[in-house]
Amino acid sequence: MDRNINLLQEEPQQTLAMHPKKFALWLFIVSIVMIFAAMSSAYMVRQAEGNWLDFEMPTIFWVNSGILLASSVTMQWAYMAAKRDNLAMLKVAMIITTFLGLGFLVGQWYSWVALVDMKVFFAGTASNPSGSFLYVITGLHAFHLVTGIVYLVIILGASFQYKIHSKNLVRMEMCATYWHFLDILWIYLFAFLLLNH
Amino acid sequence: MSAVDIHSTHGVGHDAHLDHDHEHEHHDNFITKYIFSTDHKMIAKQYLISGIFWAIIGIGLSSIFRLQLGFQDIKLTWLKPILGEWILDSGKIDPNFYLALVTMHGTIMVFFVLTAGLSGTFSNFLIPLQIGARDMASGFMNMLSYWFFFVASVIMFVSLFLETGPASGGWVIYPPLSALPQAMPGSGMGMNLWLISMALFIVSQLLGGINYITTVINLRTRGMSFSRLPLTIWAFFLTAIIGLLSFPVLMSAALLLIFDRWFGTSFYLSEIYIGGEALPNVGGSPILFQHLFWFLGHPEVYIVLLPALGITSEIIATNARKPIFGYRAMIGSMMAITVLSFVVWAHHMFVSGLNPFLGSIFMFLTLIIAVPSAVKAFNYITTLWKGNIVFTPAMLFSIGLVSFFISGGLTGIALGNSAIDIQLHDTYFVVAHFHLVMGAASAFGLLAGVYHWFPKFFGRMLDEKLGYIHFWFTFVGIYLVFFPMHYIGIAGFPRRYYSFTGFQVFNKYMDLNHFISAAAILTGIAQFIFLFNFFYSMFKGRRAPQNPWRSNTLEWTAPIHPGHGNWVGEIPSVYRWPYDYSKPGASEDFIPQNVPLSATPESNLPHEQGLIGDEIEDMETGVVFDKKEEINAPTVKDHKLPKGSAGADQNIRNIGGDPEKL
Repeated sequence: MDRNINLLQEEPQQTLAMHPKKFALWLFIVSIVMIFAAMSSAYMVRQAEGNWLDFEMPTIFWVNSGILLASSVTMQWAYMAAKRDNLAMLKVAMIITTFLGLGFLVGQWYSWVALVDMKVFFAGTASNPSGSFLYVITGLHAFHLVTGIVYLVIILGASFQYKIHSKNLVRMEMCATYWHFLDILWIYLFAFLLLNH
Repeated sequence: MSAVDIHSTHGVGHDAHLDHDHEHEHHDNFITKYIFSTDHKMIAKQYLISGIFWAIIGIGLSSIFRLQLGFQDIKLTWLKPILGEWILDSGKIDPNFYLALVTMHGTIMVFFVLTAGLSGTFSNFLIPLQIGARDMASGFMNMLSYWFFFVASVIMFVSLFLETGPASGGWVIYPPLSALPQAMPGSGMGMNLWLISMALFIVSQLLGGINYITTVINLRTRGMSFSRLPLTIWAFFLTAIIGLLSFPVLMSAALLLIFDRWFGTSFYLSEIYIGGEALPNVGGSPILFQHLFWFLGHPEVYIVLLPALGITSEIIATNARKPIFGYRAMIGSMMAITVLSFVVWAHHMFVSGLNPFLGSIFMFLTLIIAVPSAVKAFNYITTLWKGNIVFTPAMLFSIGLVSFFISGGLTGIALGNSAIDIQLHDTYFVVAHFHLVMGAASAFGLLAGVYHWFPKFFGRMLDEKLGYIHFWFTFVGIYLVFFPMHYIGIAGFPRRYYSFTGFQVFNKYMDLNHFISAAAILTGIAQFIFLFNFFYSMFKGRRAPQNPWRSNTLEWTAPIHPGHGNWVGEIPSVYRWPYDYSKPGASEDFIPQNVPLSATPESNLPHEQGLIGDEIEDMETGVVFDKKEEINAPTVKDHKLPKGSAGADQNIRNIGGDPEKL
């Protein structure tokens, strides 16, 4: 036995490794964080220079935030269902999540309508960078949310083909990670805009 | 083992499908092998060839504007067949086209040659081969990365042929010049295509970078700890991290610029009058763009430089037949450069009206970069010191890089001072500085890498004699071009100006400019020696042995023509760091990384001997055969390589555990 141990010490160590695809997703998230970090700092730098239009944030943003938070909860519910091989519940939860995501997008559209009603414009002679930034930041987030919904739909399709279950969870986990990230990103952006508008 | 197999194909989700596809179309046809290839080696070659193509164009453009700068009265009518209307009837270059030339030269060389051509080639080629992986983490993403780059290239190339010319506002595309189509001809369609091309380029770089980082962290072979990684891999790894953090910021900057250009917002525009008419844009800040741009722009310098430094470390240690001096200091200095590269961007903006106090902070941070840079330079020199130097062409180019890095870096210390920058900003001094330290140094890293790894790329050797001729023409030529530029810069002549004779005071530099132009064009012509050597040797060169440079790293343990999967049979394990050159007591002057310590008792250091215990002689008896079997890497025979992720389940199998728990 002693001999075994001695010889095994020379055996090269297995390197630390994670699932490469999950890891790549986290790196992708880092790059998105950097885009919004750049936007946030551009916003603050520009705001510090003055000539900044102050306006109230439309209340519909609160509703949208609630919808998106709820979608995160249902996403987690779907994930738990998949983990317990409750495939019927998985489908229901995924469908609800997808519709809540779409609901959020529609809500964001109405928040833009509300902004236009408040005479806060994206572009043109009557616009101010403070309004333009709001449109760009929410629009950029909405764009990423669309990619998230595409991902949801792909997973939804896979779950109807019984390809998502407790033995095949990687894609589901990645989808949940991405969706929760988009949720947290929105909460950050909303808080940032509330504090700095 | 079989139970684990089933788990792994299920567990990796995506791969299960790709695995299936792979079985059906196992025979590579021309398209999957040479065009839409997912093999990291082929993608690296695609990047290399594209990079060479762009380098020819980029250097060609610089030759044209050097003609204009050096010879004011030259008749360029003979260029009319190529450039058409851009050559005026007087035989001179259209001033607008001159601006387009310098802009496109910068864009092409920085992004398409020294970012894509350098990182794209060598990160793709060397990361899997040197860490002992079958392929990148995601071959598909890797392929996508190249094709995004390809489309970006096509768009940028097309923009060269627009009637209004390509983008002309400088490679830094400062607004309002770049934001207003009426500002100059190149700010119209040319600028549109520039922005689209660069957006695609950023996507390509992010896809590539995510892949590099993932691969380095997750797919290393057994024993390849971070402290045993070759410095090339460290450099590519840190480069990818810089790219991942900085390119998205350029994306944001470009996005806001696009909104300003196409949708009438005012992020960067304010109170501009054109022809006496006020533009409607109010409230924007052009300085904001500079901040965002240079937050990428400065790290970009290190994206360009770090891979070249990594390649140099490897080549210098191999050809000096000595361990790299200060391996950990090299890693530490690269990490320091990585961090510092993000906090110095405003030194490009000292004269933009920046708060002088902020200027001193950025000056301080900028000058700190001299410390890790000097550590690297000294470590190269001390590695060379008393080495058994083998002067291969790759070695000459690496030493040339060290020379450029030092002589160009020294002027950086001057430029980093916010007070001196008032005189030197945007003069030829800056041009000389960054062409030496970033342009020429990185180009030499690229060339050194090609000379060194050509045998691995194509299984043949480059001709050495042509390599020496190429080196001396290029090395001397580059100094002849850029050294005189310092003087013109100190005298205050601004860069990007169409004509030297516009101001009486600069007329006396005319002969110096003749000289620079002649040297530049000769150096450009010398590159054809390399081109000939490259393409001739690819098909007709001397056949390469498996390990032509007697090097330690893993890529030389792979077959001369590695297939998709790199190693036939088991992936080699790693037992030592990559720099065991001329180890006292060893019979050869190199010990590859895959040689166990137990095989080299004569050269082991005391602590290494301790690692293997006293009973090494019993290895052959096979006492622990079963234990060893369990942690063996899979062989090609019993392991179907999934197309999307060659290494994905390799690790799962190595550990032999439940993939869900990883």
